[in-house]
Amino acid sequence: MTVWIFRRLIQAVFVMLAMTVIVFVGVNVIGDPVEILISPDADQAERIRAIAALGLDKPLWEQYLRFLWGAVRGDLGRSFVFNEPALQLISQRMPATLELAVTAVLLAVVLGIPLGLLAGLYPHSLFGRLAMAGSILGFSLPSFWVGLMFIMIFAVQLGWLPSTGRGATVTVFGIPWSFLTRDGLAHMAMPAFNLALGNIALVLRLTRSGVRENMPMDYVRFARAKGLSPQRVVFVHVLKNIMIPVVTVLGLQFGSTVAFAVVTESVFAWPGMGKLIIDSINVLDRPVIVAYLMMIVLMFVTINLIVDLLYTVLDPRVRIGGAE
Amino acid sequence: MARRVFAPLMAGLLATSPVSAQSLVMAFSGSPTSADPHYHTFSPNIALDSHSYNTLVDMDPKSRPIASLAESWRLVSPDTWEFKLRPGVKFHNGDDFTAEDVVYTLARVPTVLNSPGSFSIYTKSVVSSEVVDPHTIRLKTNGLYPLLPIDLTLVFMIPRRLGPNPLNEDFNNGRNAIGTGPYRMTSYKPGDRVELERFDGFWGKKPHWANVSVRMIPNDGARTASLLAGDVQFIEFVPTSDVARLGTDKRVALSQTDSLRLVFLWLNRSHQVAPPFVTGPNGEALTTNPLNDLRVRKALSMAINRNAIVERVMEGAAIPSNQFLAPGVSGHVADLAPVPFDIAAARALLAEAGYPKGFRITLHGPNDRYVNDGKIVQAIGQMWTRIGVETKVDAMTWTTYISRASKQEFSAFLLGWGISSGEASNPLRALVHTYDAASGWGSVNRGRYSNPQLDGMIKAAMAVADDKMREAALIDAERVAMEDVALIPIHIQKNIWAMRAGLTHTPRADERTLAMDLIPAP
Amino acid sequence: MSATVQREITPFRRFAADYASNKIAVVALIGVVIIVFLALFANLIAPQNPYDLAQLDIMDGRLPPGAKSPAGWTYWLGTDDQGRDMFSGILYGLRISLGVGFGSAATAGVIGSALGLIAAYAGGWVETAIMRLVDLQLSFPAILVALMILAFLGKGVMNVMLALVIVEWARYARTARAAALVERRREYVEAAECLALPQWRVLFRHILPNCMPPLIVIGAIQVASAILLEATLSFLGLGVPITEPSLGLLIANGYQYMLSGKYWISFYPGLALLVTIVCLNLVADQLRDVLNPRLQR
Repeated sequence: MTVWIFRRLIQAVFVMLAMTVIVFVGVNVIGDPVEILISPDADQAERIRAIAALGLDKPLWEQYLRFLWGAVRGDLGRSFVFNEPALQLISQRMPATLELAVTAVLLAVVLGIPLGLLAGLYPHSLFGRLAMAGSILGFSLPSFWVGLMFIMIFAVQLGWLPSTGRGATVTVFGIPWSFLTRDGLAHMAMPAFNLALGNIALVLRLTRSGVRENMPMDYVRFARAKGLSPQRVVFVHVLKNIMIPVVTVLGLQFGSTVAFAVVTESVFAWPGMGKLIIDSINVLDRPVIVAYLMMIVLMFVTINLIVDLLYTVLDPRVRIGGAE
Repeated sequence: MARRVFAPLMAGLLATSPVSAQSLVMAFSGSPTSADPHYHTFSPNIALDSHSYNTLVDMDPKSRPIASLAESWRLVSPDTWEFKLRPGVKFHNGDDFTAEDVVYTLARVPTVLNSPGSFSIYTKSVVSSEVVDPHTIRLKTNGLYPLLPIDLTLVFMIPRRLGPNPLNEDFNNGRNAIGTGPYRMTSYKPGDRVELERFDGFWGKKPHWANVSVRMIPNDGARTASLLAGDVQFIEFVPTSDVARLGTDKRVALSQTDSLRLVFLWLNRSHQVAPPFVTGPNGEALTTNPLNDLRVRKALSMAINRNAIVERVMEGAAIPSNQFLAPGVSGHVADLAPVPFDIAAARALLAEAGYPKGFRITLHGPNDRYVNDGKIVQAIGQMWTRIGVETKVDAMTWTTYISRASKQEFSAFLLGWGISSGEASNPLRALVHTYDAASGWGSVNRGRYSNPQLDGMIKAAMAVADDKMREAALIDAERVAMEDVALIPIHIQKNIWAMRAGLTHTPRADERTLAMDLIPAP
Repeated sequence: MSATVQREITPFRRFAADYASNKIAVVALIGVVIIVFLALFANLIAPQNPYDLAQLDIMDGRLPPGAKSPAGWTYWLGTDDQGRDMFSGILYGLRISLGVGFGSAATAGVIGSALGLIAAYAGGWVETAIMRLVDLQLSFPAILVALMILAFLGKGVMNVMLALVIVEWARYARTARAAALVERRREYVEAAECLALPQWRVLFRHILPNCMPPLIVIGAIQVASAILLEATLSFLGLGVPITEPSLGLLIANGYQYMLSGKYWISFYPGLALLVTIVCLNLVADQLRDVLNPRLQR
């Protein structure tokens, strides 16, 4: 087990290293940040000063080595635009994105699993068919379009929910969270639901197909034959077996949800990491783009590791490398 | 432990949003990049800084210089300006504002670390300063520089108490955010919001709002929706597509004025043979650059139906123009009317220039920079095609567009120019003067237009100290530039704001959105 | 009579019969066929070429559905801000969206399946290398990878396709490898190997056809998700160029007119996109039910 974890960590480091090269070279071939950031009134001398101030007068390999040397010491560079450490900038925005993504995943679990169970148990009922049709819509609707429609309907027409932005926050452990205030929850409702839509559909379908696959299986028949109540069979035995793929997918999906928040955050002006990365791409704030991608890579590597670990806990049949 | 977690939680649940008649929530379309007033020459920063800081000279809504921290100014000798400072001005920390603070500010501006766009372009003409008395300062320039007062409208004064090398982090966290302006910054969350609180010791007119919250909502639709939903009371850059609808909405009022932003086309003049993307009518290579022929340039300008663009694409939120500045602004040429739309005359000019069958060209433009930029280039593509200049349109994102445009990779391309100085020398020097790194003139002459006669006229005009006489000289230069079609002006944008009904706003030509300009309707 | 029917039950017929057991799926399949037909012959059906600037007139911009064009025909779905007939715009947009969707799915399918098969057959370090790459690719969300690639390359139909191929190939590779590993142990492969047929022949003539069902299912899903991803990228301003709008870009362009009541500019393309994706997903769904042996009755 330790060997396995160690090997995975080494792999992760190589992945990270490879990504730094790809990302660093990638962002450095596009556009000219000075051209975008500088005052239009600037003359040629000011242009040269700005190029030097941003460190862009150095050859690419030197910029990369400087970046790498900084990265080793936990410094991913300073934002061209904000002149703050890129890492700090991102971590300031991270709570907003995390609470949005966590809420979206929770919504997916809370709504998706019960709906999926029902749809799986009664696949040919009207409800079962409606749930499937609804889940197809959940996949098929372009999320940005749904977001815009939400704003049109619930904020502009009905006036029930605030249209955009993040609500009042409360600081807990030094981090501002908005899900603890009524205003914050009101602001979060639409973006979180928008972000959850695809996940709800996904969980619903996973649960449904899990139920359909498990119901005809021997252990269910045995359990029934033993005289267990149908509720107990479904909620204890079947659900337990279904949870494995659901947990895996949700774990992996959490990363995608954080990434897909880019779209939701743009639509709802949610001040999270996703909006930051879009803004940074638009002004070619290279250090922030690189730092964001590095954080995402790190997050994915970690999530994959955790999911693999959870796998062993949830399913005793899975034995990870070396144990045999 | 539990209490520490729980107490703020309860406080949060019980808290209600602070809504009162004295509070204003307004939305910017762009996010300030710092609370440091000398960090980045970026419009949202300048708009935000205008609340907390003052400059020696300010601009009125029509962008004419007016007194601010300086009560008056005059040239005492050709290379020396004297500014009389306003007495009794206090900084937010209680310090008096004096000439020493001006000296300190001018020295600090060029030293800001890592600045992506330095305000030193507005202070560099000052070679030395002399404090005559606490409320009089003399600034020496390298020879006559008549535009110094205008340059100083963008230099925000900070107190010398901040000491050597104040860090811009300390402006962001509020420690250094000390100005003389009507509002004091209480919180700054980049990309999200800024909270401002009225400063009661302000020297000027007391603004109406006690608390101002500035939200950043870059998405056009979201900004309008926020206003309609009542989450914000005041928004800037109302999308032109919403103007008609908002105009009829009883919950909302609009304000608008001509801006200082000209939208125009560059034609690539840096080639003797055909520039990139220009070919003959059948795709063959051309041995000459048609854009070097005045008749072709005139034809291309004439083929553009500016009224249609203003009416259909801009939905009325612009005025057609054949010059840099709008009526009422210094440097506007009264008798220079927009080029009339005339397809027949344009075709005739093309034939006369030796292109009876026209030629092929690609018109490039950004699609995320200026109001409706992508639509404007498509519309012009339609119009040029109708005079036989078969036009392809390629609109791309600003980040790739601008660096290619600066390398003369396009032949016909759209740009906008905001004339921050509110007078004609700025566009003449920056846009149509020959590109010259040594003097810093023609710095954004991306079409590489060059006309020695015009260069001479601009230089001569800049040597005129008297404002009226200089304006006349600049107007003559503008005429020459427009007659020679140095660039093809399309229109001057209008700035449009929207606010909840019951509020009145004084619109500004310089696009700045200021809480001070918004009051309850009488 | 019944005897002849009995004799003609081919695998395809059985598949068709299975597929037809779900009426909605049949309707969806017909829908897909119609949509593909509309997209393929857009230039013959559409009254206007919306990409030819000479045929557009901004004076006809933002006309409501049912307005008359200067040429006398009717803008049934109205016009957009450039005076583009929305019906024509949607047909051409459909062509781009479907082209991008099918094109990228097919290219990714060919590349991914080939790599997956090679991995399964070659084993050893080749397999490890390919599968590590697959894991790496799959661990990144598609939207992010596409976003970065387009930020590097700039917009354009080909660049969007390239981004989508890079995003999608790994899923095929993984599926193809898994299926091939199963097939490899079958007798017919051993038989073929005993006949000393060349490896590539065994791989592509014998194993590949038997791996097709799961690959087809993946492909059907990927077409739909590619179209959706392209729409999202165009919405974020990184997709196709504005002069040749896809459905996603038409929606994005029209969105700014929603608040002012000119709903048709964005509503109809949205409807077209929705119908397309729903039909594709329904077909993919039924294909999975039919082709997935684990669910077979």
